Amino acid sequence: MFFWSLVLIAVGIFSSFIYGRSRIKLNSKKQGTKSKSLPNYYAQYVLMWCLFPALIVYFSWAIFQEQIIQNIVISNFEFIEGAVYNEGLLLAEIRNVANNPSFADGKSIEIINAASHYSSLRQISQISFYTSIIIIMLLGALYASQKLKPEFHAQHTIEKYIQYILIFCSSVAIFTTIGIVFSLIFESLRFFAEVSIFEFLFSTEWYPFIPIREGQTAAEGSFGAVPIFAGTFLVMVVAMCVAVPLGLLTAIYLAEYASQRVRKIVKPLLEILAGIPTIVYGFFAFVSVAPFVKAFGQSIGIDASPTSALAAGMVMGVMIIPFISSLSDDVINSVPQSLREASLGIGANKAETIKKVILPAALPGIVGAFLLAISRAIGETMIVVVAAGTAPNLTGNPFENVTTVTVQIVVALIGDQEFDNPRTLSAFALGLVLFVITLFLNIIALQIVKRYRERYE
Amino acid sequence: MNNSIAKEKIISLRKKRSLEDMRFKYYGFTAMCLSLAVLVFLLYTIFSKGYTAFQKTIVLLEVDYNQEVLKLTPDSSDEDMEKGKFFRVKKQAIENFFPDLSKSDIKLVKKLFSINVDKEIKDYFLDNPEVINTKQQIWVTAHSDVDQLLKGNLRRDVPEDRRKLNDIQLSYVDQLVEENRVKQVFNNFFFTKADSRHPEIAGVAGSFMGSLFTLFTVFILSFPIAIGASVYLEEFAPKNRITELIEVNISNLAAVPSIVFGLLGLGVLLNVFGLPRSTPLVGGSVLALMTLPTIIIACRASLKAVPPSIKEGALAVGATKTQAVFHHVVPLALPGTLTGTIIGLAQALGETAPLIMIGMIAFIPNIPTGLTEPSAALPVQIYLWVESAERGFQEKSAAAIMVILIFLFMMNAIAVFLRNRFERKW
Repeated sequence: MFFWSLVLIAVGIFSSFIYGRSRIKLNSKKQGTKSKSLPNYYAQYVLMWCLFPALIVYFSWAIFQEQIIQNIVISNFEFIEGAVYNEGLLLAEIRNVANNPSFADGKSIEIINAASHYSSLRQISQISFYTSIIIIMLLGALYASQKLKPEFHAQHTIEKYIQYILIFCSSVAIFTTIGIVFSLIFESLRFFAEVSIFEFLFSTEWYPFIPIREGQTAAEGSFGAVPIFAGTFLVMVVAMCVAVPLGLLTAIYLAEYASQRVRKIVKPLLEILAGIPTIVYGFFAFVSVAPFVKAFGQSIGIDASPTSALAAGMVMGVMIIPFISSLSDDVINSVPQSLREASLGIGANKAETIKKVILPAALPGIVGAFLLAISRAIGETMIVVVAAGTAPNLTGNPFENVTTVTVQIVVALIGDQEFDNPRTLSAFALGLVLFVITLFLNIIALQIVKRYRERYE
Repeated sequence: MNNSIAKEKIISLRKKRSLEDMRFKYYGFTAMCLSLAVLVFLLYTIFSKGYTAFQKTIVLLEVDYNQEVLKLTPDSSDEDMEKGKFFRVKKQAIENFFPDLSKSDIKLVKKLFSINVDKEIKDYFLDNPEVINTKQQIWVTAHSDVDQLLKGNLRRDVPEDRRKLNDIQLSYVDQLVEENRVKQVFNNFFFTKADSRHPEIAGVAGSFMGSLFTLFTVFILSFPIAIGASVYLEEFAPKNRITELIEVNISNLAAVPSIVFGLLGLGVLLNVFGLPRSTPLVGGSVLALMTLPTIIIACRASLKAVPPSIKEGALAVGATKTQAVFHHVVPLALPGTLTGTIIGLAQALGETAPLIMIGMIAFIPNIPTGLTEPSAALPVQIYLWVESAERGFQEKSAAAIMVILIFLFMMNAIAVFLRNRFERKW
């Protein structure tokens, strides 16, 4: 349905363009004056008045049609006294029957009635959708054609419209942020209405209880997120222990020692490492590293679980290496050459120059890079989902199973999502924590890097 | 005297210092080599685990297309042919697979074959209706356990009760190998079928199409918006607080964890706007918002690279600012913006977490044909297979990783090609 309406809109804008062009030529010939702008601008003017109203109708239909129809169907549904209904399941059933008449066998009469009501509403909606698109396009073209006079400054108007479109495009970023903040806060508030915020932040029992039978209340579970935060922290520390030395030393080698040829080969290879999807690292952790960690743990007498903080953290560290090395590389390269030359000039060798002059000078930038890396490690999902486990374990032992914020978000949202259950809503509270922490880290890191850049420019 | 001691001291100190220098350089070199070694090891792991998935095991089965068993006649219409009793033919074929099988043995033999065998027997007949009342030797797909055993992934030395195939079944397979009634051929199912509960007939075609539709949505949404935003910020935006706010927003969005975008999709696109769950439309919209900052940053860089003299030249001959920008600056920056977009798309192709949030993790056994149909995506398919307990899925996940890596590599190669071919040095 929506595909054919796009075709309809395309035909509409094409003909409106042709119409606008020929109409202004005709009008200016009639008046015997030249039009103020080129004919194409008048044509674009008509086109825009045709296109944008149609798009508004199109999107509002696409967004609201299903909901409105469902509301009408539900409000007209003949509920039987005493029976318990789940609205979501009921709707799914009605839709199934409506789309697939063969499912109707054995369904109750009110569902079949509702399904035929649903289909007829859909048909009405479709017909009115097409008619309203055609009417709105005609109205738009009609309004625009009133203005098709030679003395009308079409070009100025078009350029103004273009400005509006561009402003809209750039504000998408703001809308996205607003959308993120509002959806997280809104659902989190629903969560904190049932679970106290102090319990969430300071209690050490994470036991997201799912009520199975009626009469059990969901709030019986406990939502103390401390073990989750601890697990996230542990995995992050392991990852940084791998990524910081390897990434930083690689960056130093590439920036200070390596020949041009080596740089040319190694940098793209590191970029490959950076471009590998995280699920691939997850597979790698699960198949290769985790069994290795388990065997290693057993050989030194520690009982390691098949999925562990160490396995996930190490692989996550590998994932972050290129991130740290490329950021540090930039930072080291932007240390002014004169500092290097001065140090070498008074007799220091290269290692001394790097350790005593370049690294201290580049320190703020490198710290910024580390903070960005930490924020990535905290927000990373797939590696830990596959390789770190789901048991909330308050432990400092990296050989044990731990769970992280991102894992718990995924676990809470896989399968049935019921938005009246604190278990589902807990994902949004955890998401809010994650968002705030990473945002905070990013703002600090970007500030540090910015100030550092300004110092040497 | 003093002099020579001092000299020695200096020499030894210098030696020590240069040794220290060497060591430091060596550390850096080792670190770099270690990082690259991990890359090689990672690719090796994937290849060694995954290459077997491109082969499947097939078994030679003698099928008797008896017209009485089939309840068909040689001149039945095509529609009747469709309704032939092929399961009875299959049952008979399995009963006669080895001579003198007891009832319990037949059950064991049955488990050596894929669930797809019914369909293969039927398809063979529908393609060659003249075989009615003849015995045909046809190659049919073996069960995943047999496949894994022959590929060496199923160990024979574990105790019988913890093994997928028991001793009798092992002896059957050995007998088949001896009689050359089993062989390995190219696994066309892997590329033509969607996901399945049975590893031997699971493929990436469904999730691949899902990924393609998702990427299409990402491109349609993010490319025009990114160009619009970067043109505005680079060429038109006045220097004020709103512009600054937008810029801060973009750089912060670039670092927001992808899973948070998934929550945005769930909370806003699904719950508020009621868009259909598990569809490439929603997945693509979420990924478009996620990759937008990346693409905007790349687009702005390429717009910045166009020398101002070009715009000034256009302005000088009387073009308006809009004309100068859209007729001269944007076309010159287009290769760069395309490169940035492709890199953003590559990022979107590998993203898993947001798609899980909006429900693209459902089990979808058919190949999607549109943007609003429930579908899987390649990375989510990999995740599902990695998590699956069934042994046969592990090689599938590694093979699917190979497919996704090949596509990422191709996309990056196109981006590099575009950059080298069309980028102008001013």
